[in-house]
Parts: sequence; structure tokens; C-alpha cells
Amino acid sequence: MILSSSARRVLAVLTWAVLALIYVPLIVVVFNSFNTNQAMTWPPDGFTLTWWKRAWESQGAREAVLTSLQVAALATLTALVLGTLLAFALQRFDFFGKSSVNLLVILPIALPGIVTGIALNNAFKGIMNVELSLLTLVVAHATFCIVTVFNNVQARLRRMGGNLEEASSDLGAGIWTTFRLVTFPQLRSALLAGGLLAFALSFDEIIVTTFTAGIDLTTLPIWILNNMFRPSQAPVVNVVAVVMILLSIVPIWIAQKLSSDTQGVQ
Amino acid sequence: MRLTALLAAPLVWLIAIYVVALAALLITALWRVDSFTGNLDRSTYSLDNIKTVLTTPLYRTVAIRTVGIAALVTVIDILIALPIAFYMAKVASPRIRGVLLIAVLTPLWASYLVKAFAWRATLSNGGLLEWLGAPVGLQSPGYGLTAVVLTQAYIWLPYVILPIYAGLERVPDSILNASSDLGAPAWTTLRLVVLPMLVPAIIAGSIFSFSLTLGDYITVNIVGGANQMLGNLVFVNAGAANNLPLAAAVALIPITIMIVYLAAVRRTGALDNL
Amino acid sequence: MRIRKLTRRTRAVVVALAIAPLLMVAACGDDGGSDEASEEAITELGENEGQVSILAWPGYVEDGSNDPEVDWVTPFEEDTGCEVTSKVYGTSDEALNLAKTGEYDVVAASGDLSLRLIAAGEAAPVNTDLVPNYENVFDFLKDTEWNSVDGVNYGVPHGYGANLLMYNEESVDPPTSWGAVFEEEELAKHKGKVTAYDSPIYIADAALYLMKHQPDLEITNPYALDQKQLDASVDLLKTQREYVGEYWSDYLKLISAFETGDTTIGTTWQVIVNAIGKDNVKAVLPEEGATAWNDTWMLSAQAENVNCAYAWMDYIVSPKANAQATEYFGEAPNSEAACAETTDPTHCETFHAGDEEFSKQLWYWRTPVKECLDGRDVECTDYSQWTTAWTEIKG
Repeated sequence: MILSSSARRVLAVLTWAVLALIYVPLIVVVFNSFNTNQAMTWPPDGFTLTWWKRAWESQGAREAVLTSLQVAALATLTALVLGTLLAFALQRFDFFGKSSVNLLVILPIALPGIVTGIALNNAFKGIMNVELSLLTLVVAHATFCIVTVFNNVQARLRRMGGNLEEASSDLGAGIWTTFRLVTFPQLRSALLAGGLLAFALSFDEIIVTTFTAGIDLTTLPIWILNNMFRPSQAPVVNVVAVVMILLSIVPIWIAQKLSSDTQGVQ
Repeated sequence: MRLTALLAAPLVWLIAIYVVALAALLITALWRVDSFTGNLDRSTYSLDNIKTVLTTPLYRTVAIRTVGIAALVTVIDILIALPIAFYMAKVASPRIRGVLLIAVLTPLWASYLVKAFAWRATLSNGGLLEWLGAPVGLQSPGYGLTAVVLTQAYIWLPYVILPIYAGLERVPDSILNASSDLGAPAWTTLRLVVLPMLVPAIIAGSIFSFSLTLGDYITVNIVGGANQMLGNLVFVNAGAANNLPLAAAVALIPITIMIVYLAAVRRTGALDNL
Repeated sequence: MRIRKLTRRTRAVVVALAIAPLLMVAACGDDGGSDEASEEAITELGENEGQVSILAWPGYVEDGSNDPEVDWVTPFEEDTGCEVTSKVYGTSDEALNLAKTGEYDVVAASGDLSLRLIAAGEAAPVNTDLVPNYENVFDFLKDTEWNSVDGVNYGVPHGYGANLLMYNEESVDPPTSWGAVFEEEELAKHKGKVTAYDSPIYIADAALYLMKHQPDLEITNPYALDQKQLDASVDLLKTQREYVGEYWSDYLKLISAFETGDTTIGTTWQVIVNAIGKDNVKAVLPEEGATAWNDTWMLSAQAENVNCAYAWMDYIVSPKANAQATEYFGEAPNSEAACAETTDPTHCETFHAGDEEFSKQLWYWRTPVKECLDGRDVECTDYSQWTTAWTEIKG
């Protein structure tokens, strides 16, 4: 399609303008992490490094980040497995009730977090009689993360078709070999995209987390929520947020690199 | 039999954990709570809670308000996401595309709460918005429903951009070229070729922004002034008031809304394409 | 859910899967703690269990992980060998749910929670003889109606504070009465800039105002309201709602709103006034008196670590630790001895600790129950009715 150069320019300006707007609140966060005023009012009262020092010393923040990474990693892994299986089942087979299954996988993300949260809380404690723990949290997160993996993998499978796999099996490769050498390489960027979104969803989730995490478990959002209640701590939260933004660029960049490489191959 | 092997694990997971939990929640809506000890009375089943939710004007008002906010957030996000996603997928060079993707994804990692509080500071009396807008006489809308819409649209925007971007990537350039070779102006190609192909992706994005807004109760506490949303009523009843049965009955409202929405969307055939 | 396209077979499977566990629940019945509550307090302590889990307001159990300078948990752990895990809650109502899980040995409860814990059978009697530091505690905090029932003690006092009226001098004339936030003509002066505490218990603030200004309603205790009195309080709050800019429950929100000027008048805690620390933001105890909170350390009926729980209760009411905790949170300590330990020598003066005259003007949070707290022979409204009323007030 030929877009006029002025249309291209308009689009470019629009895109960069919106992105700039997206970063305004984040810049506020950065400023506030140096703001002497504890209540984070604008304009900043003065400049201080206290919060950065306090954050650096905060064992609670560090542990919370680690906990969140752990939960998000486990939930993402589970979602990758379950989502991929489901995507294969739905994309490669026709069966009765298929669209119901399709709906079922969307439901945990489509229903509001508060509903998922109290439903799972009630189920864990009332029905299964298990104590809330890291496990229950991972199970809850994985449940609503399946859909992101499922969506991405299914879209990719649809695009791929089954020809290459058929060819592979015609040439005598087993199911597993075909998957490893033919299917998986084509799926890799879809898995990455789905996994990344799942990871991000889990990492920042607070509503379902509130209802399904064990008491001794402090994920980063919970730590942030707890500390938002303490005026003397709130600015430290900004520092942690800034650090998380900076750190996040690395995995996103790697993922981006990997996925564009595989796309180049196709 | 490969089908069974593939389906077994995810289906057992979703049903044993999620469907059972939802069903149990619905049944809880039929119970009641002993008001002083706060323990569940599971001996009697009645529709009282559901009746309360249906007949109390409060729930109707709040439900309408919440759906309105969620719809507005979704529309705003889609309108913003479409041109950006299009620019990323079809116009920008691969290198710029990579940069843009990172730029869109990065805000996801700044905690939701931190972003909501940043908006609180931005919208406050004499805050950044008024500070920047002073020359043109721009006034902050203050804390209230407008602030909720702004903040929510902001927070969920990446979740809408990503599926639409992915959807656009799936639109082959050859089709676009064919359309323009046949003499269609760019706008016509967009409207008649690209947009219809994008519907499933747009719906996928809308499910995120709509449902995430529908269940939110934290943003409205931070920037929503004195207002409450459905999420607050569920949260207050489940947590604060310790009335899980009533909370479950209130939760039926968003559940119904989402299921009606999904069913409507499915009729268009979009979910099969999701 | 997935009604439309389910086959009969899958539907049967789903139904079976869905129903079976529910039947199990129904069969299990009530697993609350009410049956397990022991009526007698223990008479002697055994060996410490090595751990204790605590449920408390934010800032009550600080172990240095948030701020290395703020740590009174580590010395306790070193002294007693009881490893502390803790969870904080945002409102009393949230705490009730958490306490019921039985995962906590000790709970810090305000007066609007303590009686509910006792009624739900979640609180065990406390033998204060096993809490040596209890004797330091101000007498007027002991054996009160929010920590004792029928002469049985259910906890040791931690600290207390009043719900004051805060205002910004630049835009509000110094008020002397709660009328500033309840009378329409006063409210009209600062529409959209009024705040109030976001909890059903705030209804008592309105009731207290009516108690003083509308004698024909015959309110004698703001926590004992019959239907008519509750309706009057709710009406008052609905009027107020039209002028409220936002409600607050976490105090960072209140602080930022006062600093930016988004809010200029409303309820507050002394600690918030101090945190704002600006000359033009002041707080008063209005002539009607005020509602207040008064926190109690309670022992869970389901406590697995009773000895460590007692050790904690004794430690946290001891002068040094109590001074640290109450000063950090910003409330009045529980004893004269604790006042001597505060780092700010004027702390107890600022917070009116031990000032009985001040304390007499306060109506400490209580749980409203059906049986009127003031002994009237009518049915009062209970907390669940207050909660419903509160969501309706907010609209």
C-alpha cells in the first residue's frame, strides 16, 4: 500500500507524541524519587538522594522483587506449557465443544481480577482446604496467563499450517523430533511474545494476588501497596519503580532481538 | 488420542481450578453471613442476595457508571492504539519498530500502583498538568471519574497496542499492495481491507482494557475522588464487610456483562480467530 | 458460562466436577474457630515455640526491612528465639477476615474489631499475670469495654489516638465544631475540598455530632444506634457526600491532598498533621469531642505458638518497644514509662498520652451490635447494616 509521505509523517508524529505522553507520568516518578517531599507533590520541593539510599538498603524491596520474579517465572512456565498444549489441540484438531474451550481459556482474564481473586480464594480455602502459599499464587497467576500464550501460539500455528510438519513426518521424523526441529523453531517468537506478556501480567498483578498469596509472601506490588501506606516509605517506592523500568529494558531488548531474528528467517 | 493428550492437562487445570471456583462462588451467593460472628451460614439457600443486588438502586447506579467508564477507556485505547500499531507494523523501519516496541513495553514494568500515584500527582491542584497547561489555561479535571478514565486508559494502553500490532503484522503486505495496485486509495484500503482483518485483534485488545477496568477498585481509590466502582463494592463486601455471599452476588454483575460481551463477540466469529 | 455449545456429555462432566467439591464443603460445615475457643486463659507459660505470626496495622511490627533504622522486632527475636512473621492490614474489616484464617497467633485490633473477634470465637482470654509489663499500663486503658467481656480480659493495650478535625488555615476559618463538615452552610464554603475517613465506622462521627446537636434523637452512644438514629446519621452523611472531594483510608492520600490544596478540611490523625508539618495545616479536637481508636494486642483462639505470642505481647507493651512502635506510627503510648522512652520528649504531650481529661472526650471505636451498647431495650443496628449504609452513602 502506498501511503502519501504526508500521511506517513502524520502517523510518525502522532506515534511519537503519544509515546512522549506515555512517558510523562514515568518522568514524574523519576522526579519524585529525588523529591524531598514525602507526599510526592508537584512541583518537587527539593533534591535528595535519601530515597535512593534507603531503597538500596531496603532488604524488603529486594526480597519482594525476587519473590515477584520467582512467581512470574513459575506462572509463565506453567502458562507456556498449558497454553501451547491447548493451542495445538484447538488449532490442529476439530472436536465438539471446541469454541467452549476457546471461551474457557479467555474467561480468567476476561472476568475482572476481583472476581477471579475471591473465587480462587474461596476455592483454595473453602473447597481444597489448602493454605495460601507461593503455590496457590502461582496457580492463580498461571490460570489467567494461559490465554496470552495460547493466543500467540494459536495465531502462529494458523499462519504456519501443517505442511512442514507433515513433510517432516513423511520423511520419517517422530513426533518429538518434528516438534523439536520443525515446529518449535517456528513457534519460538510466539512463545516469547506470549511468555513476555504473561510475565508482565503476573509481575505487576495485585488484585488476584491480594486474595491468593500466602501471608509470608510479599510480591513487589504487595510491598509497594504496604509501603504506600507509610508516608516515610512512599518515595522509596518511586525509586524501586524507576529501577524496575530501567532493568526491564534489558529482557525486553533481548526478547525483541530474538523475535525479530526469527521473523527474519521466515 | 493425541487430542486427549494435548487437551487433558490444560482442561483439567482450567476446570478443576477455575470453573469449580466460579461455580462455588455462585453457590456462595445463595448463602448468608451471621452478622456478628461473621461466619458463613451454609444451611439455608435463598435468592435474597441476588434480589438485593437487583433491587437496590445503588448497585444499578454503580454498575452503569462502571460499564460506562470501561467502555470509554476501551474506545479511547483503541483509537490511540490503531494509528500507533499501524505505524509500528507497516510504516516504521525494522530498527525503529524495535525501538517503538521497547518504548511501548517498558511502562508495563513500572508498577500499576506507582503509575496510578504518578497520575494523582499529575492531576493534583497545581500539579504537573496545570503547571504545563498554565500558558494555555488548561485546568486539571481534578480527582473524579474523568481522572479514572484517563488513568485507566493510560495503564491499559500497552495491552491494547500489542494485540493490534500483532494483528497488523499478520496482514500480509501483498494484500495491501494488491489493493493499491487495483487503484484503491490508502484510506479505502485501510477501511475495507485492513480494518476487517483487524477486528479479532481489536476485540482481543478490548477484552483486556474492558475487563481490567471493569474489575478495578484501586485506581478509583487513588484518583477517583469520592466515587466507587463495582470492584469497590465487591471488595468492600468480600473483604471489609466480610459478606462473601453478597460480594458473590455483586460479582455476578461483571460476570454477566463479560459473558454477554464474549458471547456477542463470538457471534461475529471473532473469538475463533482470536 | 459456556451454555450454548456444550454437548450433553461435556455438560454432565462439568456439572459433576463443579458440584462434587461443593457437596464436600457443605458436608464439612463451619470450619471457623468458634468451637475451639477456650474459655479459660492459660495459667502458666511453657517453652517458646521458636516462631510467632502477627497481624497488625502497618508500622506496628517493624523489622528493619523497610527502614534499617526502624527495627524493634530483631531485639525481640534475639531475646526470645521467636522468629516473627507478620502481615499488615488496611482496615479493621480486612483484619477480621485475615484473623479468621487462623494463621496468626497475635492480632493488633482496634475497638471496632476486638469485640467481633471475641464474638467470632477468634480471640482467647489473656492472663495478664503472664504479661509482667502489663502493670505499667495506664489504668484507664485496662479492663475497658473493648478489651474485656464479662470481666474476662482479652488483650493488652497498645496505643490510642483521636480522629481530629484538620483544616488548612489559608482557606478555612479555624473551626471549633464538627459542624464545619456536617452543616450544609459550612460545607458549601469548601465544596469538593472536604474529606472523611473511608469506613463504615465513620458513621459514628455523624452520630456523635447528632448526639450533641439533635437531642430529640436521644443518641447516648454513637455506636448504639437504632434504625431511626442510623437513618438520621446516614442522611447527614449523604448531605456531606455532595461536598466531599475524596474519602481517605491510607494516609499518604490525605497528606498529598492537603499539601496540594485539593482538600482543605476533614478528619485526620495527629500523625498526619505531624507528617504534613506545615504551619497552615492545623488540627483541633472540636467541642463535641471525637471518635478515636484504641488498639489492643489480642491472642488468637487458634494460636499455635501461645508462648511466643505471650512473649510478644509482653515485649510490645514494655516501655521501650511500646515507645518505639507508637512513636513510629504516631499515637499515644500505653504507659508513663513508655513516655519516658520516646526519642521526641514532647511526643506524649503532642498525642495527649495519659491525659484523662482528653481521653474522656473521646468515643473509642466499638463494634456496633444488635444488642444496644448503651443498654437500651430496643434493637440496634449492627455493623453489617452500617457497611451497607456506608456503600449507599458513597453512592
